[in-house]
Amino acid sequence: MIEFADVSRIFMVGGQEVPALRNINLHLVAGEYVSIMGPSGSGKSTLLNLIGLLDRPSSGTYRLDGLDVTTLDDEHQAQVRREKIGFVFQFFHLVPRLSAAMNIELPLILAGVPPQERKERVGQLLESYGLADRAGHRPDQLSGGQRQRVAIARATIMRPAVLLADEPTGNLDQTTGKEVMSLLEQLVEQGVALILVTHDPALGQRAARQLQMVDGRIVSDTRNISQA
Amino acid sequence: MNLTDTLLFASGSLRGARTRTLLMILAMSIGVAAVVILTALGEGARRYVVGQFSSLGSNLVIVLPGRSETAGVNPGMLLGQTERDIVLDDAQALLRSTAVRRIAPLTIGTAQASHGARNREVVVLGSTADLLPIRHMELAHGQFLPAIDMQSASPVCVLGAKIKRELFGSEAAVGAWLHLGDRRFRVIGVLASQGESMGMNTDDLVVVPVASAHMLFNTQALFRVLVEAKSRDLIARAQKDAEDIMMQQHGGERDVTVITQDAVLATFDRILHALTLAVGGIAAISLSVAGVLIMNVMLIAVAQRTQEIGLLKALGAPSSEIRRLFFAEAVLLSGIGSMAGLLLGEIGSAVIGQVYPALPVNAPWWAVLAAFGTALGTGILFSVWPARRAAQLDPVLALARR
Repeated sequence: MIEFADVSRIFMVGGQEVPALRNINLHLVAGEYVSIMGPSGSGKSTLLNLIGLLDRPSSGTYRLDGLDVTTLDDEHQAQVRREKIGFVFQFFHLVPRLSAAMNIELPLILAGVPPQERKERVGQLLESYGLADRAGHRPDQLSGGQRQRVAIARATIMRPAVLLADEPTGNLDQTTGKEVMSLLEQLVEQGVALILVTHDPALGQRAARQLQMVDGRIVSDTRNISQA
Repeated sequence: MNLTDTLLFASGSLRGARTRTLLMILAMSIGVAAVVILTALGEGARRYVVGQFSSLGSNLVIVLPGRSETAGVNPGMLLGQTERDIVLDDAQALLRSTAVRRIAPLTIGTAQASHGARNREVVVLGSTADLLPIRHMELAHGQFLPAIDMQSASPVCVLGAKIKRELFGSEAAVGAWLHLGDRRFRVIGVLASQGESMGMNTDDLVVVPVASAHMLFNTQALFRVLVEAKSRDLIARAQKDAEDIMMQQHGGERDVTVITQDAVLATFDRILHALTLAVGGIAAISLSVAGVLIMNVMLIAVAQRTQEIGLLKALGAPSSEIRRLFFAEAVLLSGIGSMAGLLLGEIGSAVIGQVYPALPVNAPWWAVLAAFGTALGTGILFSVWPARRAAQLDPVLALARR
């Protein structure tokens, strides 16, 4: 489903070229549970941004579902993001002035889904994520775990094929972190591909496939035979 | 994202920053209100002057002796001769034009007026019965000059309100005798007080038949002739006819000036209109200042909402959508601001109208439209750059920061 062919990403820092990704070749299939691990600065977030179409590669091609998305214009890339990709961030990135329900509704609004259908889908999701009684609360009235659950609900409301999670538990305590992880893993069981960026090896080990990155390169690509 | 959702989202973010929004609306509305009130004042002044002018009479053409040349030297001056006077025959001749309804010859001079022990210097106006309708004058008591042949003198006079007060006090003036110079006139009427209108105070006049005035001042010359055209459309013809007739009367010499009241009025109208525009323009500057303020605050808003913009992009909003959202905010802001400003301006005009009832303060529709348009325009124009900045924001950077 996701195919990276010889992808590089070079940043210009103070007139100097700093390669963040070097000749990445990667193939991920639908429904795969992959963790990307590595020290900070190894390029894992850059890779995630490229997969999420938030960034463009300096060279190489990226195919998503067979479509070369690197050459798409802004409008179409946004459409792909909207329909196929969900983001979960370390810092939740909820809109502070909007209620939990409205935060979850946001992707539907952007996609131009009619209000009636929006309400139904948000209601269902709030219910299944155990947030029904928190629907009208603003993010600052929610706990960290609840915030991340709202964020995950928002990432999944468009029923994306891929979920990109950048340190989703990085800002949560152990218990809520575990809750959030099991929620994400439930989604994998439902067939959503999860790409998890973390520098926590224990978390990374849970994934069926683990990529290790150093210095902009994938240095190891292992699979958990037991879970595969 | 459809239009309703865009507007809802934009108004949501405006509500999210309440103080900022209110201050911007205030700035916008003060600008709009300034335009509305100042143009209302200017327009009021213009209408006041125009009103004063039309109270002098309508469809007027004025014939004055002497030709005012716009350039060069009057040929008469080189030949050592002055232009010929306009006499009553000339005035009578003006009635030959089919475009002319009626005329009123005017002779002006000053004379000593006395009644009993009281006396004072007065301005004596010699004219005919038609002066009353031509100049839109009104009588308080008695009657106006009799409709007799303009060549024949009659010892009657009509007093201005102030003269009547000063010479007769509370005594009845109609029927009494008044001495003007060395002649006696019977008072047959008193004019209603009209106050000053364009420098000529009818309260301070004594009106006598034009032939009597000529005898009193020992002259044949008319000060000017007021000609009333039959209709507004005939003013131009009446003017031309008057010029032609006067030329015939004066042996082919163009030695009179014929002006139309409209021309004079139009000049005043233009001057005051320009003044209104200038004042409105100054007020519009304050509007553009409000526009710069909006730009400044929008730029700050973009910086403050970097994360939100990055998030919207990650959730699948294209750059054009982000631009539309910020645009919608600016439009809402300046729209509400202009509406508030219009309201404020109307209230302000109404208050001024209460304080100065004589001045017809009412903002002209074009000024209201222009103020509204400028406000909306500056609001939108000055949001282009911030909206572009927002749209061009790199989502990776926006989301990376906490």
